[in-house]
Amino acid sequence: MPDLRALQLKAVEMRLHITRMMEVGKPHHYGGSLSAADLVTALYFYKMHYDSANPKWEDRDRFLMSKGHCVPAQYAALAMAGFLNTAELSTLKQLGTRLQGHPAMHIAPGIEGCTGSLGHGLSYANGMALAARITDRPYRVYCLLGDGETQEGQVWEAAMTASRRCLSNLLAIIDCNGLKAMDSPSCAKSVEPMAERWRAFGWQVREIDGHDMAAICAGLDWAEGNSDRPSMLIAHTVKGKGVSFMEGQAAYHNAMLTPQQMAQAVGELEAQRRALEVNRG
Amino acid sequence: MANLHQTREAYGQALRTLGELNDKVVVLDADLYNSTRTVLFRDKFAERFIDMGIAEADMVSTAAGMAASGLIPYCNSFAIFLTARCYDQIRIQIAYPKLHVVLAGSSAGLTQGQDGASHQSLEDVALMRALPNMMVLVPADGTEAEAMTLAAAEIDGPVYLRLGRYPVPDLVHPNRPFQFGKAEVLRSGDTCSLLACAHMVQVALEAADILAAKGVKARVVNVSTVKPLDQPTVIDAASGVPVLITIEEHSIIGGLGSAVAEVLAGAPTGARLVRLGTPDVFGESGTADQMLNKYHLTPSAVAERALAELARPVKRGL
Repeated sequence: MPDLRALQLKAVEMRLHITRMMEVGKPHHYGGSLSAADLVTALYFYKMHYDSANPKWEDRDRFLMSKGHCVPAQYAALAMAGFLNTAELSTLKQLGTRLQGHPAMHIAPGIEGCTGSLGHGLSYANGMALAARITDRPYRVYCLLGDGETQEGQVWEAAMTASRRCLSNLLAIIDCNGLKAMDSPSCAKSVEPMAERWRAFGWQVREIDGHDMAAICAGLDWAEGNSDRPSMLIAHTVKGKGVSFMEGQAAYHNAMLTPQQMAQAVGELEAQRRALEVNRG
Repeated sequence: MANLHQTREAYGQALRTLGELNDKVVVLDADLYNSTRTVLFRDKFAERFIDMGIAEADMVSTAAGMAASGLIPYCNSFAIFLTARCYDQIRIQIAYPKLHVVLAGSSAGLTQGQDGASHQSLEDVALMRALPNMMVLVPADGTEAEAMTLAAAEIDGPVYLRLGRYPVPDLVHPNRPFQFGKAEVLRSGDTCSLLACAHMVQVALEAADILAAKGVKARVVNVSTVKPLDQPTVIDAASGVPVLITIEEHSIIGGLGSAVAEVLAGAPTGARLVRLGTPDVFGESGTADQMLNKYHLTPSAVAERALAELARPVKRGL
């Protein structure tokens, strides 16, 4: 059974890392990183098997951040899991850093692929899952996409490949925060009905509240209990979750904070942490 | 002419051999396995062959994920679809992290058949050459295609292998066929130099025969590794001759001719560089021989151009 309180605390800690690593006065991808924080927390601290001392361990589970601009959430997870030194987080996007603006597998430890151009990741995750089968390895593959990202046609090519190849060792998660860079995805192209579409493509689908830690953990467990199909968790989330003035605002997809806004964001997240710690007793 | 081979056929046969030699090799195709000749691998190693359907971008990205997981994927389609359609995927997912994926672009160039501009790949070398970490290999005959196919499994990093369907004779290689990064001097000569790749190497050799009958000694160099280019051999071929001609079944923008121009720009040798290939145009429907005639990529046309260039006054001391 997951220790939900501990995981919730981890998620707040992750949001604090995400927010603090983003330099005041410079544009950073707050919204999608914060919306994904609970999902990434459950993957790294409840579900996945890995060895931070040996990032290339052959049987490690693989996580791919297909919506690469939200990699700050993964950098935070990697620091909390011991792949990175926490102090390194503040080098995000600085010249010479390992923490590039979008994930670079050959530069940062614990990163499994290069993303940043949207729509490639699910195919790549399929490749890792197929390789597990061909080489008879037990690892599982997790891939996080954005809801807006499903407007990229290649996502659906990959959806067909995964079901045709019965990739039951693959779980894709859509961080369905309802906002892309400009506005709601469906303003430009309809992304609904999302669950029906994935079912029609041969996936097993479950919809969850992407901030409900119990539901997330149950969803991750659910995906393991099937042997013939790839799994999809459609996680309904709030963009900018955890920081009041960012929540539900497309403007914070990629935004610059003032020092006052940064102080408020950190203050709100610290208050959430204190509340959880008190609760934890 | 004896022993004519398509480089795509030699590739398919070599893949089948490679399947025996290396169990990490997997082959992905996008619904063209008869044309690309990967059917030869499929028939023997079905469990390591994946037909990705008509979805080239998905194929390339899937291959990247497989390479990141320890396999050695060979990706196959027509050259133009593989390179142009999948450029973003190749760039970010393969070239940037230097993953070991072999991209085999088949039916390249003007001699693809009669399908016209949509299928005639005249820009693939330019596209692949521009990518950091990418190696660009263009075999001149079946022997070299086979050697490259096998060697590509051992090269650390991404490889673009350009294959054709025009039947070419086996060349006489002075040394072991295909040494990575080495251009091969097939014929010595000091009146002019002909640098070529793919089927154009045979054209250059025949042009050199025509020129020899007129007392012109042409050096013929097979530049089968277009990237990284064998700079010393290129500079040597441009030294002491008034004219150096590059010949390729590709646009003169960005291909072998451009690669040679980039080297010579930094090492002035006095030779005038003449780039033969397609000018800044798209192809069109026509048989292979009609297309080669149209763009003057035949032995007689190359010899004629060489004589005309040699007859032009040489400017010195600029």
